[in-house]
Amino acid sequence: MIKVADLYKSFGEVKAVQGISFEADDGKITGLLGPNGAGKSTTLRILYTVLKPDSGSAFIDGVDVINDSLGARRRIGTLPHGSGLYPHLSARENIAYYARLYEMPRDTIDAAVQTVIDQLDINDFADRRTKGFSQGQKTKVSLARSLVHGPQNIILDEPSNGLDVMATRSLRELIRELKRAGKCVLFSSHVMQEVAALCDEIVIIAAGQVAMQDTADGIRNATGCDDLEDAFVKAIEMVETTS
Amino acid sequence: MNTISSVFIKEVVDNFRDRRTLMSALLMGPLFGPILFAFVINLSVKQSLSDASEPLDLPVIGREHAPNVIAFLESKNINIVDGPGSREEAINAVSNGEHDVVIVIPESFGKNLAEMIPATVEVITDQANTQAERETRRATRALQEYGQELAVMRLSLRGVSPLVMRPLNIDEVDVSTPSGRSAILLGMLSYFFIFALLTGGMNLAIDATAGERERGSLEPLLCLPVKRDHLIFGKILAACLFMAISLSLSLTCFHFTLKFMPLQELGMTPNFGPQVVVTAFLLLVPFALVGASLMTLVASFTKSFKEAQTWVSVVLLAPTMPILIVSILMVRPSTALMFVPSLSQHLLLVGLIKNEALNPLHVAVSVGGTLIIGGLLTWICARLYRREGLLG
Repeated sequence: MIKVADLYKSFGEVKAVQGISFEADDGKITGLLGPNGAGKSTTLRILYTVLKPDSGSAFIDGVDVINDSLGARRRIGTLPHGSGLYPHLSARENIAYYARLYEMPRDTIDAAVQTVIDQLDINDFADRRTKGFSQGQKTKVSLARSLVHGPQNIILDEPSNGLDVMATRSLRELIRELKRAGKCVLFSSHVMQEVAALCDEIVIIAAGQVAMQDTADGIRNATGCDDLEDAFVKAIEMVETTS
Repeated sequence: MNTISSVFIKEVVDNFRDRRTLMSALLMGPLFGPILFAFVINLSVKQSLSDASEPLDLPVIGREHAPNVIAFLESKNINIVDGPGSREEAINAVSNGEHDVVIVIPESFGKNLAEMIPATVEVITDQANTQAERETRRATRALQEYGQELAVMRLSLRGVSPLVMRPLNIDEVDVSTPSGRSAILLGMLSYFFIFALLTGGMNLAIDATAGERERGSLEPLLCLPVKRDHLIFGKILAACLFMAISLSLSLTCFHFTLKFMPLQELGMTPNFGPQVVVTAFLLLVPFALVGASLMTLVASFTKSFKEAQTWVSVVLLAPTMPILIVSILMVRPSTALMFVPSLSQHLLLVGLIKNEALNPLHVAVSVGGTLIIGGLLTWICARLYRREGLLG
């Protein structure tokens, strides 16, 4: 479970995040939806503790990401935007390296690595060096590496970027599987259809603020638009006119 | 500790598979020094040995005016050849490089000699031409010897002892031992070793921040529940290992190649046996920590691998500065100098090659001081790794 309350973050003149609050529950898929530069990545980066907010707070399973960043990081698996692999290591070695850094017991690592390799269906190229992998293969390995320790909370920053139709489908299937396992999945996207197809809860972010948080139907009702895309545009306009 | 060892092992495996690292650590660094050194040694041996043994072809104008001088020069292994037609032509020939040196004996030579007026002999040469320097010196020296002989004869004729011409007897006593003499040239070695050491870990140091950032693997790494300090310690340790490997290869390489260098002909006996190799390794290896952390530090300010390479190359040159200054000023080793990394290693190594006993205090200060400075730089790296701006 992830809880974000009144986050602010600026980079010099640029006010990236201005008072974002939302909650993402276990057993649910929560989508952060917003145009480019709305503050989605900054919010997620604060959650996985590579950035510190100027003010506000965030909790992962009740653990404060600011005061106990190490404890918070133990409870998450992350796929940062544009994650890269080590090209001279095989897919399996890349995953095992992370398993060791998560300090999993040594004797359980091999089995855990094999489990995620099966889960993400990457057996075909698991023992090849990752140099020259396709974007889809890279994303799968990056995901496997962030799930190897079985985290309760999963944070994915634009995971479907650069994926083809088939890869996107299998990614969606995986996210649904995580939900069925009772995990808390939080992911960001600027693709309307993707969010609509997957999410139980949608948080629309624009200009560093939360424009709306609701289910897909709830958003349609609140904006009075049948088409979710129109609703999205309308919600964003509502923020931008008030701010 | 677990994190440090996991990172260390991963970096070592990763880099042993990276052709770029292997090239610089196991090939470039260790081979560059011996090859360059062998080249320099062979060149200087050739220069100094060619001195008196080879006959010198010397063009002389007006040889008919001084047959005795010519005979004397020929006895000094100098071949007299026909020179240009006139003095003017000789000057032209020397200035455009046709001849290195030309001797002009004027018509008045015999007459002046007979009347005991100093008889002029012109040596036409180009001082800017370093190649001509040796030949000129040889010709001038031969002429001076001839003059000396004449003077001695003239004094003897008048019943004066020729010894009045030598009020002073200057006798230089050279205390340098053969291995001491070689130390001047072998002092160059310490830089080759430090160079080899630094190139060995260069790629790893760059990879620690700039490389990982460029690949996009830094951000997920920082999302792991590990302390950033431990990540950087593991990386710096791995760089140190590659530096140590490169250093030991370079030392071993020199141990074998020195046997094939004609150092004895220069009056040098290099002291570079297996024991010296091991001692030199132990004296130099603490510098790996300074090198690795300094390179990591420099690389962490850069935006890309390419930019990091440019800046880190500067670090390759930095250790030459103290060595260069000390070589020019001919400073003797002192305890204070042992606090300066690279310099202390250089001074200790030169002493070792000269076959001098190592001063235990100097060794302790050098090793301790270098490790402390390395530790300090590592700590700064760890601080920098904590910054938000690290992700660029």
